Amino acid sequence: MSASSTELSHSQTHPAADPLTRDGQPLKKSLARALRREKLRALLLISPLLIFVLVSFVMPIGDMLFRSVENKIVADTIPGTVRALANWDSNSDEPPAESVFAALANDMMLAQEKKTHTRLGSRLNYDQPGISSVFRKSGRRVKKLDNEAAKAAFVAINPNWDTPAAWGTLRSTVAWPEQFPMTAISFRHWVAWLQSEEGDDADPEAMVPHGFTYASLYHDLSNMPATSLESLATSSNTDAAALFEGIADQLDAFPSDDFKSQFADIDKGWLRVDNWQAIKRLSPRIVDSYFLAAIDSERTDLGIQRKPDNERIYLLLFVRTIALSLVITCSCILLGYPIAYLLANLSVRASNLILILVLLPFWTSLLVRTSAWKVLLQQQGVINDLLVWVGIVNDSGRLVMINNMTGTIIAMTHILLPFMILPLFSVMKTISPTYMRAAKSMGASDSLAFWRIYFPNTIPGIGAGSILVFILSIGYYITPELVGGTTGVFISNRIAYHISSSLNWGLAAALGTILLVLVMALYWAYDRIVGIDNVKLG
Amino acid sequence: MSATAQAASSSHVRGAAVRFEHVQKSYDGVVLVVKDLNLDIAPGEFVTMLGPSGSGKTTCLMMLAGFEPATHGEIFLNDKPINNVPPRKRGIGMVFQNYALFPHMSVAENLAFPLEIRKLGKSERDAKVKRALDMVELGAFGNRRPAQLSGGQQQRVAVARALVFDPDLVLMDEPLGALDKQLREQMQYEIKHIHESLGVSVVYVTHDQTEALTMSDRVAVFQDGVIQQLSSPDELYESPQNSFVAQFIGENNKLSGTVTNVNGDRCTLTLDDGTRIMAEAVNIDGVNSHSTISLRPERVELEPTESRDNVVNGIVKEVLYLGDHLRIVMSVAGNDEFIVKVPNGGRSVTPVEGQSYKLGWSAGDAKALDSVG
Repeated sequence: MSASSTELSHSQTHPAADPLTRDGQPLKKSLARALRREKLRALLLISPLLIFVLVSFVMPIGDMLFRSVENKIVADTIPGTVRALANWDSNSDEPPAESVFAALANDMMLAQEKKTHTRLGSRLNYDQPGISSVFRKSGRRVKKLDNEAAKAAFVAINPNWDTPAAWGTLRSTVAWPEQFPMTAISFRHWVAWLQSEEGDDADPEAMVPHGFTYASLYHDLSNMPATSLESLATSSNTDAAALFEGIADQLDAFPSDDFKSQFADIDKGWLRVDNWQAIKRLSPRIVDSYFLAAIDSERTDLGIQRKPDNERIYLLLFVRTIALSLVITCSCILLGYPIAYLLANLSVRASNLILILVLLPFWTSLLVRTSAWKVLLQQQGVINDLLVWVGIVNDSGRLVMINNMTGTIIAMTHILLPFMILPLFSVMKTISPTYMRAAKSMGASDSLAFWRIYFPNTIPGIGAGSILVFILSIGYYITPELVGGTTGVFISNRIAYHISSSLNWGLAAALGTILLVLVMALYWAYDRIVGIDNVKLG
Repeated sequence: MSATAQAASSSHVRGAAVRFEHVQKSYDGVVLVVKDLNLDIAPGEFVTMLGPSGSGKTTCLMMLAGFEPATHGEIFLNDKPINNVPPRKRGIGMVFQNYALFPHMSVAENLAFPLEIRKLGKSERDAKVKRALDMVELGAFGNRRPAQLSGGQQQRVAVARALVFDPDLVLMDEPLGALDKQLREQMQYEIKHIHESLGVSVVYVTHDQTEALTMSDRVAVFQDGVIQQLSSPDELYESPQNSFVAQFIGENNKLSGTVTNVNGDRCTLTLDDGTRIMAEAVNIDGVNSHSTISLRPERVELEPTESRDNVVNGIVKEVLYLGDHLRIVMSVAGNDEFIVKVPNGGRSVTPVEGQSYKLGWSAGDAKALDSVG
């Protein structure tokens, strides 16, 4: 049996290249098959957690981060306007032409029906303060706009334009919707508006659209090249040809509803070029405006520029967050190192007692601990009272230690200290006391033995503790919020403000994304400089 | 070497490398771990402290290194008292049980560390490191980290590090304990050869008697904080001073009885079952005292062909075949665990279990020890 299978494997085309099992299968393949079952079982074991994390963590966070660039609200709410604006030169000093305003009237008709125009106004207001009221005001009055002029002109040329059949014919031509983009949008809007106004029973096939759609048709026709117009009028579809007969000659003299001045009457803001620049800038579905805002910049007609000094806030907050986190990390190292050393070198009984003292704050609510610091640090608080009583400061010179940077540093150092002590402790425990003895037997003094032998061996613990403390503190929220005042708040407090108060989620997402990237960059730098495998958590 | 042994045997010689004078040590103020230790170690001597765990040998070493203070008594290093000298100023090289190589330094940096402290120049440092590494045949491993070396290699680095700054005295605390048997034996020879070529004094602590016998000039056998016997390996084996030493070093048969006659260095014991045994009087209290005879298994002859001082009958209980010799467990004069080693000479009779055989040995091989009044 074994002899024959050996012969078999030798007669294969690649006898030596890959080892084979006794039934002639490649060994690697068999091994992979044997391991696959185990891998599947292992995967099955972690699948509940994996699914939970994916659904409740990865996906929402991904969605949240995507909001930092996502901007479909403009293109979705006023699609016609966005399209018409493509032809407007945003560097010109003139507001857009009548065709844009016709499209705006169309879009606003549906938007006010759906009540989406105020949301669009709020969104645009983040980048163009004041524009939100323009939208709100126009929403109320857009229904009253005169819009019959174009329709009357079409009907005057051919009375059939006032029949639903005319629109059926138009929509069945080969040119629809490519050559009538604005009309197509307007018609779609009108159908949606109709169904929203009169319910789903309303039959758009049995009605003619409102005047806004005729106005759009006029603008589509006047934007068309002459040859296209001609081919419409002479098309093989006789019904369509009849509809467009004679229109080309009269286009130049078409009456207009003059939406531009009607909008200007509603709000002068519609004539302001910067408002239109903002709308055009924010037309794309993916924009960088939130990120620019997050780094105190904006896009103007001169390109990307820093905001004026008095409007800058986020860069300062980022710098402050990082600087304070570094200070907190350093004070955690300075305070935690001796305690960890004690823990690692005292008798088991004594070190257990200290460990409980270290962990005690862990078991206390974060809010309680932070509030305790308020009691201790405030100007009429315990520490100031003590200092006054001892006579170190006089009653009028009580120290301000809370609601500022000092408060944040003190409270956060206290709260994050265990995250430094525990990894340090577990690393120090593994350092054999014979290292120090060996160093001393070779002639090293206590301090030399400490700095040359003991300390270098604790660096993995310092690294682990620092990463933990730094990353925790860079995203800390509650404590700076409660004791930070104005000078001690972090970027996370600003993110929370935009999430829950200003509702500018896009900006919050952009700030969060920057924070995330920053942490990952620091992590990467740490890995490059110190090496992440030098980090020991236990 | 004989001169060294001679010098050491007379106490309080001038010029001893190490001298313990009435040293006592207690950790808790209740129990003395080391009771009145007196020990002289001559320059260049290799002395091993041998004993079971808890016998006080490591404590002695730690007191000598300076990591434990002596509770009473004085330790001298080159005739200078060192009780108040911190470890770093004693200039003693030390090899630790688990090597204690600094994990964050390369092998060469480990060796250079004591030299840096002594503020040697870079070139001198490098030369000494290279010499030390060459001595332990690890010249090519200077840039490795300790973790990248095998146990035996780490061991050698530890030895090299203890010697690199040319100390007069090197202490070794069970340095071969973590190695496997083969490597251990190889390292024993290497350490021995290094000691011989450098001429440093070595104090070596171990609980392995083979290690002690192989390497040492003299062995101090520790038990209960007291040196039971301090002598050269052959003397230790051939002439144990008491039954603990006899039992601890090598294998040993015990026969206890009462001394009935003493004649010079010979004496006669009557065992509990009436058998009379001629023995060498090593450590007895005179006639009628109780004593124990210690007898090496390989000195007993099965079915002796020549006449012997002692001939006794024994019943074979078990025969073990061990290749080069047979190990026979017999019942002799009330001792049911009497062991006889018969060399595998090819000619000897094969004992049969349950049968009675004659056993013979000379009086000089039977040591009468441990008189109990």
